[in-house]
Amino acid sequence: MQHHVFIAGVALWSPQLPGWEAARAILRGDRSPDPDAATRPAATLLAPTERRRAPDSVAVALEVAASACQDAQLDPARLSSVFASTHGDLAVTDSLCETLAKAPQLTSPTKFHNSVHNAAAGYWTIGSKCLRPYTAVSAWHHTFAAGLLEATSQAIVQQEPILYVAYDIAARGPLSTMAQSGSLLAAALVLAPDYSSAATTRMTWSTRPSASPTLSVSRPTNEALVAGNAMAGCLPLFEALATNQACELTYAAAPRLELALALQPVRAETRAA
Amino acid sequence: MTPLAVTAWTATSAAGAGRDELLIALRTRQSGLRPNDFGPTPLATWIGRVAGVDECSLPATLANWDCRNNRLAWLGLQADGFLRRAVAARDHYGADRVALIVGTSTSSIGATEEAYARLDDDGRFPADLRRPIVHTPHSLGDFLQHALGLTGYALTVATACSSSAKVFAQAARIIAAGIADAVVVGGVDSLCGSVLFGFNALELISPEKCRPFDPARRGINIGEAAGFALLEKDGDGPWLLGYGESSDAHHMSSPHPDCLGAQLAIDAALERAALPPSAVNYINLHGTASQMNDEIEARVVARTFPQSTCASSTKGWTGHTLGAAGILEAVITLLALEAGVLPGTLNSVALDRACGPQIRLENVTAPVQVALSHSFGFGGSNCVLAFGARSAH
Repeated sequence: MQHHVFIAGVALWSPQLPGWEAARAILRGDRSPDPDAATRPAATLLAPTERRRAPDSVAVALEVAASACQDAQLDPARLSSVFASTHGDLAVTDSLCETLAKAPQLTSPTKFHNSVHNAAAGYWTIGSKCLRPYTAVSAWHHTFAAGLLEATSQAIVQQEPILYVAYDIAARGPLSTMAQSGSLLAAALVLAPDYSSAATTRMTWSTRPSASPTLSVSRPTNEALVAGNAMAGCLPLFEALATNQACELTYAAAPRLELALALQPVRAETRAA
Repeated sequence: MTPLAVTAWTATSAAGAGRDELLIALRTRQSGLRPNDFGPTPLATWIGRVAGVDECSLPATLANWDCRNNRLAWLGLQADGFLRRAVAARDHYGADRVALIVGTSTSSIGATEEAYARLDDDGRFPADLRRPIVHTPHSLGDFLQHALGLTGYALTVATACSSSAKVFAQAARIIAAGIADAVVVGGVDSLCGSVLFGFNALELISPEKCRPFDPARRGINIGEAAGFALLEKDGDGPWLLGYGESSDAHHMSSPHPDCLGAQLAIDAALERAALPPSAVNYINLHGTASQMNDEIEARVVARTFPQSTCASSTKGWTGHTLGAAGILEAVITLLALEAGVLPGTLNSVALDRACGPQIRLENVTAPVQVALSHSFGFGGSNCVLAFGARSAH
């Protein structure tokens, strides 16, 4: 079965790709990354006191979520959302497990509530005063594509625009030998079932079983910019969006499930019509 | 929405392994709670611990996923012949056409906690725990996909206490989008240091057996559980009639004071099921026995449903099983539909003054056509499920 959605908002953030405007030029190869890379985004959605204490995962997820909504010219409070992260906040998990091993009674309540997989989504709905539902998901190596499939399904089945946010952060401590992820990376899309003036791309998608799904790859120079982050799989799609040309991509949404995407810039399509 | 048939369903918790044991515990009002004996330095509280998890061993082919949470998942699959039913669905539809969507709050973080407690002299994980899959949230989904031999869409949902209620909503969408013909949904959460000491740090843990909706309630008891359901477009069984999801947009660890998120989730579930509140015979409440949840949930029930609706919390039997609460209480709700046993609220001796006539302490025996299950989570994530009897659709 083939479906389509419109991509109406795009955002990306990593220290080397700080925001979609800069990232678009860098991913196209039109510009070099800034050597004075940012360490983490400002998370301006949060109150100043919360901003400082917010874990990296929350800061980076909220940054791209807000940017994508702005790009789509949609009020964040109106959007349901899907938050996907391979590992959740690895730094908080490291710290929590360290405390539990040494002095469990000293577990911090803030650290505990920041450790839940839905922490970023929870802070997002609080910060944007959004009563619409969110979900928070993981599918190990397939997290980006599996989460995208959940988001696109919501958009077409519930006939409403959806905010999709995918992020991972750097692993720390002993856990970094098991959960390999470096740096910070977050990506977001606003996906809508219907055309709007903010729509830039029409994305047709379908799934099919495959013993070994074909994976689209990003340019090695771009791959190097996200330093082995567990969400690096998002890059081929964002590279394609950066070039704004019609193209086809394939992802694995599960070990044996291929997700095929066909991107068509909306203006080109309008001209053709 | 187009209703989905619930053609197989099971739960394993402190109140018993499988539906028969659970139904007997509910009928005879036998609580599964016991004084906390989990871990080397147990807090003074009560817990809902599942018997036999530590002694359970996984088949050799699944050894890579071995950890307490996945052992509980394996135990849960054996109950009520669920494993056999899921495999039959796989063989009928094809392994790639049966999706797997499961909820958990902490997945197998217990294995990561254990590794940190047993780091070797170089500060590395002990050799037996150097298995990356058990140190990531999708440990549960990946284990179950391999255990059931499924190859289609597989996702682990982790929205804290609403996780394994939301899997029903996601399953409905995945089937409607044509990505799968049937979905194995479920949830598994096991006792671990993070949740016991974490909820203790939030001052939400009760030193005594939890007493949902009792004015003298002192907090929650943590429990563990595994539960599963098979959802198909058609078949013999009760029906998933609707789902409603919402966010509180209020606070990470306390509910919205005006029950706004809960109300939106209830309204959305009834709207999708095309039912008025008066059609609801029974509600399995979230009813954690925390001060805030119970007061707010009691108010929303009192103002939304007629006197004829019976409502109760079953946390006094099982404890709060967190990410598995959605599926465990969906199964209790389905038992109410199938057996006409509407459990009351165990351990509580009086009702908070916020409670309307809907909330019951004693069990009721009555036919049930429509029942709801409430799951309201940490991080302000709410989900309400509406189920109907075999004859209701």
